[in-house]
Amino acid sequence: MSTVDEPLYPIAVLIDELKNDDIQLRLNSIRRLSTIARALGEERTRKELIPFLCENNDDDDEVLLAMAEELGVFVPYVGGVEHARVLLPPLETLCTVEETCVRDKAVESLCRIGSQMRENDLVDWFIPLVKRLAAGEWFTARVSACGLFHIAYPSAPELLKTELRSIYSQLCQDDMPMVRRSAASNLGKFAATVESAHLKTDIMSFFEDLTQDDQDSVRLLAVEGCAALGKLLEPQDCVSHILPVIVNFSQDKSWRVRYMVANQLYELCEAVGPEPTRTELVPAYVRLLRDNEAEVRIAAAGKVTKFCRIVNPDLAIQHILPCVKELSSDSSQHVRSALASVIMGMAPVLGKDATIEQLLPIFLSLLKDEFPDVRLSIISKLDQVNQVIGIDLLSQSLLPAIVELAEDRHWRVRLAIIEYIPLLASQLGVGFFDDKLGALCMQWLQDKVHAIREAAANNLKRLAEEFGPEWAMQHIIPQVLEIINNPHYLYRMTILHAISLLAPVLGSEITCSSLLPVVITASKDRVPNIKFNVAKVLQSIVPIVDQSQVVEKTIRPCLVELSEDPDVDVRYFSNQALQAIDNVMMS
Amino acid sequence: MTFSADSLTPLEWKFSQVFGERAPGEDVQEGDVITTIGFEKSGDYLAVGDRSGRVVIFERSESKDDSLLYDSRKDLEQLDFAPARHPTFQYKTEFQSHEPEFDYLKSVEIEERINKLKWCATHSGLLFILSANDKTIKQWKVKDHKVKKVKEMSPIPVLCPENVLLAEGSFTNEEESPSIAHSCHLEWTEKLAQNHSPYQDTHARIGDIEGASRARCRKVYTHAHDFSINSISNNSDGETFISADDLRINLWNLDVSEQCFNIIDMKPSSMEDLTEVITSAEFHPAHCNLLAYSSSRGLIRLADMRQAALCDHGARILQHGESRGPKSFFTEIITSISDIKFLNDGRHLISRDYMTLKLWDMNMDSSPVAIFKIHEYLRPKLPELYNNDCIFDKFECCTSGDGLHFATGSYSNLLRVFPDGVGSEGGVIIGAGTTPNRPFIVFLSSRAGGPFTKLLQGIEDHP
Repeated sequence: MSTVDEPLYPIAVLIDELKNDDIQLRLNSIRRLSTIARALGEERTRKELIPFLCENNDDDDEVLLAMAEELGVFVPYVGGVEHARVLLPPLETLCTVEETCVRDKAVESLCRIGSQMRENDLVDWFIPLVKRLAAGEWFTARVSACGLFHIAYPSAPELLKTELRSIYSQLCQDDMPMVRRSAASNLGKFAATVESAHLKTDIMSFFEDLTQDDQDSVRLLAVEGCAALGKLLEPQDCVSHILPVIVNFSQDKSWRVRYMVANQLYELCEAVGPEPTRTELVPAYVRLLRDNEAEVRIAAAGKVTKFCRIVNPDLAIQHILPCVKELSSDSSQHVRSALASVIMGMAPVLGKDATIEQLLPIFLSLLKDEFPDVRLSIISKLDQVNQVIGIDLLSQSLLPAIVELAEDRHWRVRLAIIEYIPLLASQLGVGFFDDKLGALCMQWLQDKVHAIREAAANNLKRLAEEFGPEWAMQHIIPQVLEIINNPHYLYRMTILHAISLLAPVLGSEITCSSLLPVVITASKDRVPNIKFNVAKVLQSIVPIVDQSQVVEKTIRPCLVELSEDPDVDVRYFSNQALQAIDNVMMS
Repeated sequence: MTFSADSLTPLEWKFSQVFGERAPGEDVQEGDVITTIGFEKSGDYLAVGDRSGRVVIFERSESKDDSLLYDSRKDLEQLDFAPARHPTFQYKTEFQSHEPEFDYLKSVEIEERINKLKWCATHSGLLFILSANDKTIKQWKVKDHKVKKVKEMSPIPVLCPENVLLAEGSFTNEEESPSIAHSCHLEWTEKLAQNHSPYQDTHARIGDIEGASRARCRKVYTHAHDFSINSISNNSDGETFISADDLRINLWNLDVSEQCFNIIDMKPSSMEDLTEVITSAEFHPAHCNLLAYSSSRGLIRLADMRQAALCDHGARILQHGESRGPKSFFTEIITSISDIKFLNDGRHLISRDYMTLKLWDMNMDSSPVAIFKIHEYLRPKLPELYNNDCIFDKFECCTSGDGLHFATGSYSNLLRVFPDGVGSEGGVIIGAGTTPNRPFIVFLSSRAGGPFTKLLQGIEDHP
């Protein structure tokens, strides 16, 4: 036994519970497998614990998943790298179970162990395991095998490498689509380990097989491989092998395949170089932007900024911008929304002149979109445009859009725009804000929906942080404090909430002179809810006022009075506050 | 039930097995009425769903012997003669798939009745089944519970609690011998048996129930259907399936129960404009992108999922062009298709309406290739059948694995089987009583076989 730093008894319990009927106990035990192994020592872990786990493969998926995960970090407990191979059998079994997440985890753990194993151990133990799985009777084994090749391949001798490649080729043509899917999604990883001579021949022929698969789901994953393979190949090979495939895919019959292409296309631009991008990829991308399936346009529109960043600005202006213009009035609101969420990022790419000339009209039309999400997306990225052309050009259109969103009948929309007010304020400047937006902020404090009032209070705090206490004292505090006289107690409560948020920002002086009197007055309110909130606010203000005479002269008497209130909640919270004061004073 | 390769020699049909036999005078319990039935692809398993939400699984009992005799099932299929013994099925397991529920939002009861059962790919002795009631689809995993048998026990009490593990788990595993998947050579070692734990009682008990099957619900696909689910169908890609209700068809990933995609929506903006409902839907057996769905107007639509995310449009429509004969009040009702099935060749499909079974070629959308009349003698009685609502009964249809025979049901425990190529009046009438091998008498007097309509699926997919 190596190091036993825990008493034996708990270990015995854990071992017992590996076999308990209660799945939760088994799970706990599996999660502490490393503790058990440490207690048993390396030798007995190898000879007893691991064989036991090997045999214990008929369990619930949850337990198997935990086991697959634990075994991945088990190398130190079985005696280090030279004994790592004993971990392979239990994981091999887990690679064949029917539950996908267990298999994936087992493959992940095998990869982790395999990458630590010594080269000759890999050849003697790991590669035979991969071959067994690849020849497995059930498709699950073959699915798992696909994910192990990139670990097995590099250390294999030449002859074995040839064999592994031919096995992979068979997996790419397996009868079961699940296996072909796994082969397609692991092809990139495997290709990265294959010598470049074979890359062009073998791997590319696997790839071509997969790209012509009958099953849409396999072709989809082959698209994902395009970018990964493209990065491995020399630009001229990429142009001759990958480019035709991707151009083909961009016109695939299945919209799901085209959707994937739309998502991935920009990644290929770098791999193929500027000239083929201009002649092939830009036209392909333009086709996707004009696809007749909305889903494809959504994906394409969402990548428009990334794509423009890669191609040169002239190309973007010449070919992409016209499409963007069309998309800004697309029939699908989701397309417009996807476009709006990225289009502001195009401003820095295109530069000032092009932005004013070309993009600005699009921004403006999107700001007037009937769908609130579209407008919100534009507003949320305002800072990106501000850096390029300044806000003035936009501000005239911005204001009506903001006002409309601020009064939208869906409270979630109102909430979303409130979140952006501090950003808008910082971009637009104090002057603009005072004129136009100040009133809106006050209006939200009296919204019918609590979430909005809460956000509005929070918004005031952020504004005060942005523009400073003096500005706040001048522009927001008077209006806020006025609402405390509102006949509806819920609005009065919002003000108390706002005060507790503003006090730390405004500092002790303003708090004592302006905020505290209002709170004290509110303690005479006829509604108990207000009164106990006063107690809470007073408690939160105490650390800020920081002047013991204010606390003793004003706050404490008020709380003492409240602590004799007929209402039980008011008494409770005022007593709490009093206690808190005592604690503060003591320390 | 192996179909002979030579379709010209008429098959001899025998009634071979019955489950759930009633004692004389025993009433049929409402909950026991079978609502759906389906064979697993290999024909080794049969699942039956009933009105009380149970699923019962039967297993072919001779399958193992057969596979010993012949090298593979494929050889078996190519034999010119039927295997000496008829396959018989035996009860394997049953489980409660759905429970009655109440939708509090809509204030309606959701019956537990199983509307459809579909087998997913079986895997290393595990069976996967999709079962659906009106609103919810569930995926079940049926597993043969392997239980370790206790070979030797020693009553000597525990020496050290730490060794409890070793008592059961200490097997000699030769480090040098190559370990093979599924078969780590495990041997009970006697030398450590003296460390045996106090768990022997448990082992003894477990040892007795060796071989029991256990069904576990793996996924629940719910909250996606406003109307009653009438079909579920697996895709050939092995990862998706569709579920169809009266007006919509949704696409699911087998591993993702939280979301699905609506691919067909026939719901008009105003329910007053409603002219037809979806009655059945099925994926193409080989092309993952094609699906067919039938409607109450007698149309079969083929949709290509590649064209658009929502495939309401651009479907090819198979419709029997304005058929001859006078139109009557009932024409519209009896053209409603109750079931469609693709043939395994991927080119043909069959549809069942109230009076006929039709064979279609996907490339010929104007008329069926063949029409088989099921119970023409009922045609004059349509008004009566309308009055007692029988005219709305739904019959299913099925094809044999080789696509040469089609079967569908009728009243009075009658099953119609048509070999491909016979005329519209041809085919065989088979009756099923309650006792196998008993001479059969046709009763035409009363409507006896409502529930029996489902049994027909029995020869579906059977090689």
